Amino acid sequence: MIDAVGLQKVYRLKKKQVTALNGVDLHVRSGEIYGVVGQSGAGKSTLLRSVNLLERPDQGTVEVDGQALTSLHGTGLRGARRRIGMVHQHFALLSSRTVAGNVAFPLEVAGVGRAQRRTKVGELLELVGLGDKARAYPSQLSGGQKQRVGIARALASDPKVLLSDEATSALDPETTEAILVLLRRLRDELGLTILLITHEMDVIKRICDSAAIMADGEFLESGRVLDLIGTPGSLLARSLFPLPDNGGPDTVVVTYPRSFDRPFMSELTRRFDVDVNILGGGVEEVAGQSVGRLSVDLMGNRRTEAIDYLTQQGLLVEEAGQ
Amino acid sequence: MTNPADLLLASTAVAGPVVDFLREWPVMWPELWLSTQDTLYMVWWASFFSVLFGLPLGVLLVTTDRGGLTPAPALRAVLSTVVNVGRSLPFIVLMVAVLALTRLLVGTTLGPTAAIVPLSIGAVPFFARLVETSLREVDRGVIEAAHAMGTRKVSIVGKVMLPEALAGLIAGLVMTVVTLISYSAMAGAIGGGGLGDLAIREGYQRFNDHYLWATVILLVAIVQIVQSLGDLLVRRLVNR
Repeated sequence: MIDAVGLQKVYRLKKKQVTALNGVDLHVRSGEIYGVVGQSGAGKSTLLRSVNLLERPDQGTVEVDGQALTSLHGTGLRGARRRIGMVHQHFALLSSRTVAGNVAFPLEVAGVGRAQRRTKVGELLELVGLGDKARAYPSQLSGGQKQRVGIARALASDPKVLLSDEATSALDPETTEAILVLLRRLRDELGLTILLITHEMDVIKRICDSAAIMADGEFLESGRVLDLIGTPGSLLARSLFPLPDNGGPDTVVVTYPRSFDRPFMSELTRRFDVDVNILGGGVEEVAGQSVGRLSVDLMGNRRTEAIDYLTQQGLLVEEAGQ
Repeated sequence: MTNPADLLLASTAVAGPVVDFLREWPVMWPELWLSTQDTLYMVWWASFFSVLFGLPLGVLLVTTDRGGLTPAPALRAVLSTVVNVGRSLPFIVLMVAVLALTRLLVGTTLGPTAAIVPLSIGAVPFFARLVETSLREVDRGVIEAAHAMGTRKVSIVGKVMLPEALAGLIAGLVMTVVTLISYSAMAGAIGGGGLGDLAIREGYQRFNDHYLWATVILLVAIVQIVQSLGDLLVRRLVNR
């Protein structure tokens, strides 16, 4: 749905150059939620703005829904942007307009008639659960409600793609959760494709099907979240499941890249006569699967056999120091 | 202990002139009213032209700036210089400096209509800078959001920037009108008419204190009314 190839963007400040994008390839499948995570200054924001060309990349091409945006200008570009919704960190609502007026804005700009606008705005506000707030002004709403207005506005022109610029970063944890649930529901109900940027690993964990970790204008790794977690040395796995750094020479890190309903550790002690000492770990619900990571000491003569067994069962085992 | 008789004397010393002043008010009123009308006439039209030219000028100062909607550094530099020149001239000098233009446009340099020309020229750059300041305070994120929604530049100015800055624009207009009231009194000095003219002619040149007081009271009242109306309007708009 979104295909960006070879994106390059350099900002020239007074004396130094800042490379915001250094050859980024981004491929987002139709109907998936794709999260780009990274520190501030990693280039996430520039990447997101390159997709609807709020920032025009110096090099590279952007295609959304089969349309090559990078070759568009003026009217054509404005038309293409209307088919891409965008949600902003600080909501970016017009304080001079009511909730209904804000949601109606993109329709007004697109030349939709008054009667049609009114119907559509009503539907959208119901969709995001703000049916009773149509006449309120943004200053009378809570952060979560403002973001719901932002989402309703982004959906007004029936886009296939929604871009989310740190949509939950200004919200408290409970509101964040509610907004994430809403985004996932919208994806399921409307078949939206969502590209979001965030600095919160939690967002990736909760709603993303695919993810990329970004630093210094490059993707360090990218792909489906579950695949990444099952990849040796994955930064994503390490970030999602921080393990204590208390291992010794016998320590292995065991990753469960999908739901398993088996008592592997006690199996090991019985079958291979090894001792298992759990140093730390966690289990989380990621992309609908129960995924976990354990740091354990494995001791005994048949240690290698035990590790091979786990690997055969589909677990990922990484030995300390490797 | 103060002698009550002294107090009475002292109060009549203050009250006497006030009573005299109030007695003379009906006699002065016809002339005061004519001058007030002249002042309002000058200020009204000068305000009208300030908005007519100052608003677009203020918008251009913002949109032609680097990072604006339509960056044009050269044009902006020219506009900014023109505005600065207009702002830096003392009004009394500006009035004299544009006499030739006034004669060309109005046919005379005397009277309230002629005064509208220098008043407008003085107030346009003033209002333009205030417009520029309020437009700059509009959240850049909102403007970016409008771009992301495929909004034309004209609509970004008309549907986003101006409505979002409306409270600031009205506050700026009030400040401009108040400044114009003060300028209009100065315009009286070179034959513009109005309350300033009356104060100079009667109050200064003929030592008629009562006219001086009366014009001061009327000018203060007009400024108060304009300011209160403006504040009321701003509060209603910002109360959202």
